[in-house]
Amino acid sequence: MDFLNTHLLSLILFLPTIAALVMFFLPSGETKLLRWFAFCASLIPFALTLFLWRNFDPNTTGFQFQVTYPWYEALHSSLHLGVDGISLSMVLLTTLLTPLAILASFSVTDRVKPYMMLFLFLETGMLGVFMSLDLLIFFVFWEIGLVPMYFLINQWGSANRNYASLKFMIYTMGGSLGLLLAIQMLGVYFQSYDLQYIMQQWNSQATDTVLLGMSIYTVKKIAFWAFTIAFAVKVPLWPFHTWLPDAHTEAPTAGSMLLAGVLLKLGAYGFIRLVLPLYPVEAKMFAGALAFLAVAAIIFGAFAALGQTDFKRLVAYSSINHMGFVVLGIAAAAIAYGTPDAHIAMNGAVLQMFNHGLSAAGMFFLVGVIYERTHTRNLEEFGGLFPLVPVYGGILIFMSMASLGLPGLNGFVSEFMVVRGAFPVLTVYTAISMLGLLFTGAYILKGIMKVLHGPVNEHWAHGEHKLTEINTREIFVAVPLMALILVIGIWPSWLVEVINKAVVALF
Amino acid sequence: MATETLIWLIPLPPLLAFFLIVLFTNKNKALSHSVAVGAAFLSWLGAMIVFVRALGVEHFGKEPFADAINWLPTGVTAPGSTETLWLKIGVLIDPLSAAVLFFVAWTVLMIFIYSVGYHNYGQPAGDHDHAGLPPHGATVEEHGHKHVVPSIEPMYSRFFAFIGLFAFGMYTLVVSDNLLTLFVGWEIMGLCSYLLIGFWFGKVSARNAAIKAFMTTRIGDVFMLLGIAFLYKATGTLTYREIFTEETLHLLSTTITPVFGLSAAGLIAILLFIGTIGKSAQFPLHVWLPDAMEGPTPVSAMIHAATMVSAGVYAVIRMFPLLSAGWHDGAALTPAMTFVAFIGAFTAIFAATIAVAQNDIKRVLAYSTISQLGFMIAAIGMGAYIAAVFHLITHAFFKALLFLGSGSVIHGMEHGVLHTGNHSVDPQDMFNMGGLRKKMPVTFWTFLIGGFALSGFPIVTAGFWSKDEILADAFANGHMVIFITLAVAAFMTAFYTMRQITLTFLGEARTKEAEHAQENKWTMTAPLVVLSVFAIGYGWVGIPEHFPLLGGLVPNWFHEFVGGTLAEHPPVLEFRWEPLVTSLFVALGGLGLGWLVYRNVTEKNPELDPMKKALGFIHTLLKNKYYFDEAYNFLFVQPALWFSEVFVSKWMDKGVIDGILHIFGPATGGIGYAIRNWFDVPVVNEFFGDGSANVTYSIGKNLRPIQTGRIQQYLILSLIILAVIGGLIFALLVRSA
Repeated sequence: MDFLNTHLLSLILFLPTIAALVMFFLPSGETKLLRWFAFCASLIPFALTLFLWRNFDPNTTGFQFQVTYPWYEALHSSLHLGVDGISLSMVLLTTLLTPLAILASFSVTDRVKPYMMLFLFLETGMLGVFMSLDLLIFFVFWEIGLVPMYFLINQWGSANRNYASLKFMIYTMGGSLGLLLAIQMLGVYFQSYDLQYIMQQWNSQATDTVLLGMSIYTVKKIAFWAFTIAFAVKVPLWPFHTWLPDAHTEAPTAGSMLLAGVLLKLGAYGFIRLVLPLYPVEAKMFAGALAFLAVAAIIFGAFAALGQTDFKRLVAYSSINHMGFVVLGIAAAAIAYGTPDAHIAMNGAVLQMFNHGLSAAGMFFLVGVIYERTHTRNLEEFGGLFPLVPVYGGILIFMSMASLGLPGLNGFVSEFMVVRGAFPVLTVYTAISMLGLLFTGAYILKGIMKVLHGPVNEHWAHGEHKLTEINTREIFVAVPLMALILVIGIWPSWLVEVINKAVVALF
Repeated sequence: MATETLIWLIPLPPLLAFFLIVLFTNKNKALSHSVAVGAAFLSWLGAMIVFVRALGVEHFGKEPFADAINWLPTGVTAPGSTETLWLKIGVLIDPLSAAVLFFVAWTVLMIFIYSVGYHNYGQPAGDHDHAGLPPHGATVEEHGHKHVVPSIEPMYSRFFAFIGLFAFGMYTLVVSDNLLTLFVGWEIMGLCSYLLIGFWFGKVSARNAAIKAFMTTRIGDVFMLLGIAFLYKATGTLTYREIFTEETLHLLSTTITPVFGLSAAGLIAILLFIGTIGKSAQFPLHVWLPDAMEGPTPVSAMIHAATMVSAGVYAVIRMFPLLSAGWHDGAALTPAMTFVAFIGAFTAIFAATIAVAQNDIKRVLAYSTISQLGFMIAAIGMGAYIAAVFHLITHAFFKALLFLGSGSVIHGMEHGVLHTGNHSVDPQDMFNMGGLRKKMPVTFWTFLIGGFALSGFPIVTAGFWSKDEILADAFANGHMVIFITLAVAAFMTAFYTMRQITLTFLGEARTKEAEHAQENKWTMTAPLVVLSVFAIGYGWVGIPEHFPLLGGLVPNWFHEFVGGTLAEHPPVLEFRWEPLVTSLFVALGGLGLGWLVYRNVTEKNPELDPMKKALGFIHTLLKNKYYFDEAYNFLFVQPALWFSEVFVSKWMDKGVIDGILHIFGPATGGIGYAIRNWFDVPVVNEFFGDGSANVTYSIGKNLRPIQTGRIQQYLILSLIILAVIGGLIFALLVRSA
């Protein structure tokens, strides 16, 4: 038990990788074994996360369960892990969605072993970002996550996968170049990559400090934008968003689930964990610009979603729309730093990350369910499917409503908090963002209408095209998501309480 | 059980019914409706107990039933503190919500029972029915010959699940003590109305109507959300009783916002009121409600009477202290109140004109609902608080009655259609009816009561008392424009109501189908009877004290009770003859004229509508609802679709943004190419790489002739070189020194 307590984070972080390595030695032909092995292996980090959640004390400020392993002494970088309320909720989201994504992938028959291994590697990559308290390690995990996703899209994707995977890889890496340089600058300057140490030192530098031949103000501004662009590409903010619809559309179902569910959160998490604490002054200064891009993402995301004829692209654009609210909340918190408005906006932003993780994963999964059966995502070919697949239809309506932010379900709580937090400091932007909220309704209803409603669809009703109802395994993927969506919508305090304490301590 | 606990429990049974039906009982129709009706009954029972207990409390307005819990953490109580600041939610039953709870409980229960009959419980499954379309009837063999009878709704269980959720939304809204849970109930109803209007989703018209309803009301909702955020920021709470304190209201009414110079209270009230404009289908967001008639009839009653549209009015009434902050009785209306009153009065007359030219029995009622809601909104806008509540409640009863009655008529007509087999006859078109009073006596008498209540038939009906109070209030406070507008609207109301009654029930049957219409089962008629009792009786609890002869015989309980909700009890109006005479004249005159004009319609051809001749092209304009649908489609819907499909998706994302990104590929490729072709190949490779080799090679080649192997030549060469070097050394070093 003692070992468990002291090494809990590293266990959660590396168990998926170990499992993947073990998997390497399993026979490639035994697809059933491989699937169940991967699924069970991914359940262990989830169980450990629940244990972590139980033992986590929200009332203690600062990071908990910290561990440090020597890593790259010469560079003064160490594998330093720890969680607070914000990262804990993200860890929970990741370890919850990974098993579900793997379960959703049971229908994959092509090269099951590398496929499952990539998912497990991906989990480690994502968890590493949330747990890192060392900038260099943060960056390493940040980039590691790209590799499995690249191969998942490139190898298991659909028709246009080469273009999409390349765009995804190059765009995210290109965006991260500035981040890498800025991190190195900090590391060299402080002779340490330790996040807590840098945070403490960086904001207490004398104002006449000269760095790289420039005043520290200028350096901070440049570094702020270097960080911001990297994270903005990942979130993604308008106009850095066009990689996302392509990547999502081409990715295999489970890949999209994790891409929307977790990978996008890495960007928002970067803002919360690094940008705001490291550059509070610059964040406040440029918050207006950030809010502008966020509102553009909200509005154009909604309109673009409405304009799609591909079901998966519609859902992909909905992610841009929803993540815009996360960044709007972050921008509001940057302006209102230290006030109750900042707290509520930031609570809303973090909760929105969690909520969007659930509903987006659910939506992508449901798109996948129908794509697997019909081999098309074209909305014009659907319509009138409700009588054929009533259970699927019910689940789809539920998930759509969660995505729409229906009160009583989770999305509403977080959007309400963001709107409430942003309203006093970004009044005009908040008011404009309502247009996006309105059109969220439009594209969600369009999705339901084009898939389920209308005269019964004869093409999919009979014969070889007969659409089969969602099966038990698939229901098992959807049910945990639906249950959490409902629980958070009705009783959000168990989660928000944990986030709130961390938010109050930081902002 | 403690009353507060009971109030918490009231909304839950229908929600539980929803989950039970969806998850477990949906295969079993009898079990499903039992669960739903049972749940509605439990909620009704809880509501009645609470209501009776509320009656027993003296000064109930000052000491309402209230309870709250911590719900959402929103930071800390003070900077540096570690104590969590909570957003609380809770329940509140004060006189206003008690009165609303009373009518909601009754109408909801009646609608649930009615639905059993309406969806043909006990009938065989249809021949070709399938989920998503209304039932088409089943062929049965009886006494050796085949005939077609109504068939049971294929999605019978699903219907009861949905209306259960709907009822949950309404109860939640009513028992809430704060705007947040009110909004939750509000939106859940929005979802249910979407699901129920689009219940027969296989019909394209129903599918579109559902989306239209959801989107139109959502326009109001996003404004409302802003209003809630603003209010929350300005006061730090969303609980009514914390907002409606004297100092908070004073602060809000004296803070000036940059928007049109409105006070914070006024701006918040208007933002919240825009939510009501959507939900209660007020101009200019009224367009969804008539289309909502695509849903099954009990749904129309749910939406138009018992719940959703009432919810919108309830919300404004609830927010009255905020709306009227800074105003006192008799003073000039605040800008926010003027806005509300204007929207209400305009809607009242605007919708009434459209109703005159509609032929679909349910659409007439739909427009009449919009118009009546306008009366209430106008009343609340001019500060007639009690009159607004009173009309809200009486209207809920008689409009539920009328909708259920019209459903009964349609159902009876469908019976006739199935009998003749002529499906081209629209069972909802009033011109296809006539003479139904003999075929459907219970429906006729109850419909008559409802219709007279709607018209404000003097003394007997509840509608008279409530409408008269609104008119009296407008007159007494000198709002003459509103008074005249509403009086004209009331006249039209009586006229189109009598038109409807005459065309439907009086005279002789105009079609074979109407001849074969028949009265429905008790599950449908019993709710009509119960509701008609309230459509008459509920007026008697609010007879003004100073009314001639009748005043004072029965205490004006309604005024006393509901007035207690406000911090200051509204004063009792002095009696004036003018509004009473007006109200008598418009009711009786409208009814009489309606009968005179339509009593002789014997043809089923709607082109022969007497009003069409009288009004000419105006009639066409009215019939087409002033072309609002077309205008909105042209002005908003099509541009929005173009903007999303063409501008954002094609031009911006694929064109500009991806276009720029795609430059990066060729650009980096181009740079690489340029470097290779202009630098690598010519400079590095050819000049330095190959070049140096070539130079060495050619030097070697050119030097080769001197490699002769003869010593003498080498020595001579050495001497020459030595001499040159020596000369150079001499020249450079020695001479310069």
